[in-house]
Amino acid sequence: MRAFRRVTSPALVLDRADVDTDQIIPKQFLKRIERTGFGEFLFWDWRQDPEFVLNRPGAHDAKILLAGRNFGSGSSREHAPWALQDFGFEAVVAPSFADIFASNCLKIGLVPVVLPEGEVRGLMAAAADGDELTVDLDAQEITGPDGRVVAFDFDAFARHCLLNGLDDVARALEHEDEIAAFERAHPAPFATTALP
Amino acid sequence: MGRTLLDRIWDAHVVTEPPGEPALLWVDLHLVHEVTSPQAFEGLRLAGREVRRPDLTLATMDHNVPTGAGPADPLSQAQLEALERNCTEFGVPLYATGSGREGIVHVIGPELGLSQPGLTIVCGDSHTSTHGAFGALAFGIGTSEVEHVLATQCLPQRKPRSLRLTFTGELPPGLTAKDMILGAIGRVGISAGAGHVVEYAGEPVRALSMEGRLTVCNMSIEWGARAGMIAPDETTFAWLEDRPAAPKGAAWERTLERWRELRTDDDATFDTELEVDVSTLVSQVTWGTNPGMVVPLDGAVPDPGELDDPAAREAAERALAYMDLEPGTPIREIAVDRIFIGSCTNARIEDLRLVADIVAGRRVADGVRAMVVPGSASVKRQAEEEGLDRIFEAAGFEWRRAGCSMCLGMNPDVLAPGERCASTSNRNFEGRQGRGGRTHLVSPAVAAATAIEGRFVEARDLAGVA
Repeated sequence: MRAFRRVTSPALVLDRADVDTDQIIPKQFLKRIERTGFGEFLFWDWRQDPEFVLNRPGAHDAKILLAGRNFGSGSSREHAPWALQDFGFEAVVAPSFADIFASNCLKIGLVPVVLPEGEVRGLMAAAADGDELTVDLDAQEITGPDGRVVAFDFDAFARHCLLNGLDDVARALEHEDEIAAFERAHPAPFATTALP
Repeated sequence: MGRTLLDRIWDAHVVTEPPGEPALLWVDLHLVHEVTSPQAFEGLRLAGREVRRPDLTLATMDHNVPTGAGPADPLSQAQLEALERNCTEFGVPLYATGSGREGIVHVIGPELGLSQPGLTIVCGDSHTSTHGAFGALAFGIGTSEVEHVLATQCLPQRKPRSLRLTFTGELPPGLTAKDMILGAIGRVGISAGAGHVVEYAGEPVRALSMEGRLTVCNMSIEWGARAGMIAPDETTFAWLEDRPAAPKGAAWERTLERWRELRTDDDATFDTELEVDVSTLVSQVTWGTNPGMVVPLDGAVPDPGELDDPAAREAAERALAYMDLEPGTPIREIAVDRIFIGSCTNARIEDLRLVADIVAGRRVADGVRAMVVPGSASVKRQAEEEGLDRIFEAAGFEWRRAGCSMCLGMNPDVLAPGERCASTSNRNFEGRQGRGGRTHLVSPAVAAATAIEGRFVEARDLAGVA
C-alpha cells in the first residue's frame, strides 16, 4: 500500500449527499481485470454534464475531495477508491462515509477523513476559489486556505498503517501460528471442494 | 451481562486480537465471483502466495453473464475466462456458467446449505448481508480484502456496533418481506445502519419464510448496515436439512443443539434499538434514486419543498429531475416500460411462485417488456419442473437464464435512457440499470401486477382472471 503522511493541494468540492459507488464508477467499467486506469471513468455519467465539477479547469490539480455525507454508499466495488486515486485524489473529506467504502480506501492508501458537517461546509466555502488546503494525517489536522486548523479523529491503528504503508496480508501472516492453531481447533463444517 | 447473537459469533471467530489492533477474524466461507476477484488473484500471484483454504471458498459466475442466448461481450468474456483460469490455478471450486450449478452468489450459497447459522461469511459484494438470514455474520468486502481472505482465511476487523431492529404488529395480507424492508428503510433512512451489524427481531420476522428473511437481510446494506442477521429457528433448520453442505445423520443432531444456542440473551443490550410497526404497512414503491426514497403505493410523489434539511431537499430535487416525476403525482398513475423480476433480493423460487400466481391467465400490458431472471440454475430447473416458465411465457414475460442481469446491467440486460422500470432488485441509483434508466423498487407481487396493468398496482387491483 502507498504510504501517506500529508497532502497540500486545491480541493474539489462535490456538495451532494449520499453519493453512491455506482456514480463514482459506473458498472460498465468494472469489467477490467487490472487495478489501474479507472481514473478516466471517474463519475462517468455525471461528467457527461459539461458543468460538472470534474470538468472544470484545474480539476486534475485537486488531490483532496470535499464531499457530502454518507459518501461511497452502495456497492462494495473497490474500483470506486481505485478510480478516485487514479484520478489524483489522495484524501477525501466528508461528514460521513459508507463503511465498506471507507474500509476499501484504507486498504489502498486513500485517506477518508470525517469532520462535522459544519466544518466540511466551511472548508467547501474556503476552498471554492482553488486555494490550497493541507490534510495532515501525522498531525491529524486539516489547515484551510484561511489558515484555520481543524483537528480530526482517526483510528490509531489505521493511521499507523497508512503512515507506514503497511501491507495487511504480510501483517496477518505474522500471526501464522495463531491462525494455524485456530484452524486445528475449529474443524470446517463442510468442504466446498467435496460437495455432491 | 447477556450476549447478543453478534457477540456469540464474533467471539467464536477471533483468531487473535493484538493490543490496539483490529481483531483477526476467521472466515468460514468465502464466496467469489468474476467482477471483484481478478485483481485479488493477481495480487496473490505477484506476492507468490496461495489460496489458504480452497475448501472454504466457492466461485461462481453471475454479474456479467448474459441471460439470453447470445455470448458474453468480449470484455465480460475475458473476465469470465480470468475467473476460470484463476480457479484452476489456485484450486478453487468454480460453478461456471453452463455447469448447471451456477447462479447469483447469494442465491447458491443458501441453496447449497453452505450459508449456515453461526458462520462468518464474506464475499466481494455488498449484498453478502443476505446470508445473515441464517443467523450468520455475513458482510461484503472490497477486492483488497478478497485477496486477504484468499491468502489467510482471516480478515482484520474492528467489531461493529450492534443494532436491533424490531418489527412489531402483524403484516397485512398481500404484503411481503420486500415491503417490510423498504418501509423500514424509508422510516429510518439510508445511513441509519452505518457502523452497525443489525439483528432483525420481532414476530413479523419470525413469521417470514426463509426466502423472506433472505430478502430482508439482503437489503441491510441499503440502509448502511455492515450486516443483517436473524437468529436461527425451526424455519431455518427445516430449510437447511438435507441440503448438500448441511451436516447429515448424527452430525445433524449435534449441530442442531449448537445452532439452538445461537440467539440474543433476553438481558443483552444493543448500542442502538429501532422499532418499526408493520401493521399499517401498504405496498412500497420507490420514487427516487436511493432506496430510502420510498412511499406507499397508495401515495404520491413527495414535494422536496416540504423537506427541512437542505441536503435532503437538494437530493430529492435531483432525484425527481432524474426520474422525470412531478411532486404530487399519484404513484398509481405512473406508467412503466419495463418489468424486472430477478436479483439476489427477489429471484428465489418462492418469489417466482408468487409472480406466477398473479400473472397466470393474464397478459403483460401492451408496450411493456417484462422479464423473469431466476436467481440460479437450480431455481430455473425447479420453476420449470413446476411449470412456472410456461405461465410466465404465456403471460408475455421473457424467461431468462440465471444471473444478476438487470439488477446492475453489466450484461446486455439494461434499460434504455428514459425507460421506466418496476424492479424487484435492491438499488434505484442513477444509471444502475442502464444510463438514464429510471428504476422503481417494488416487491415481486407489485412488479407482477404492474406488468399486467402497465402502471403501479397491487394484485388485488387486477380484474378477475380471464
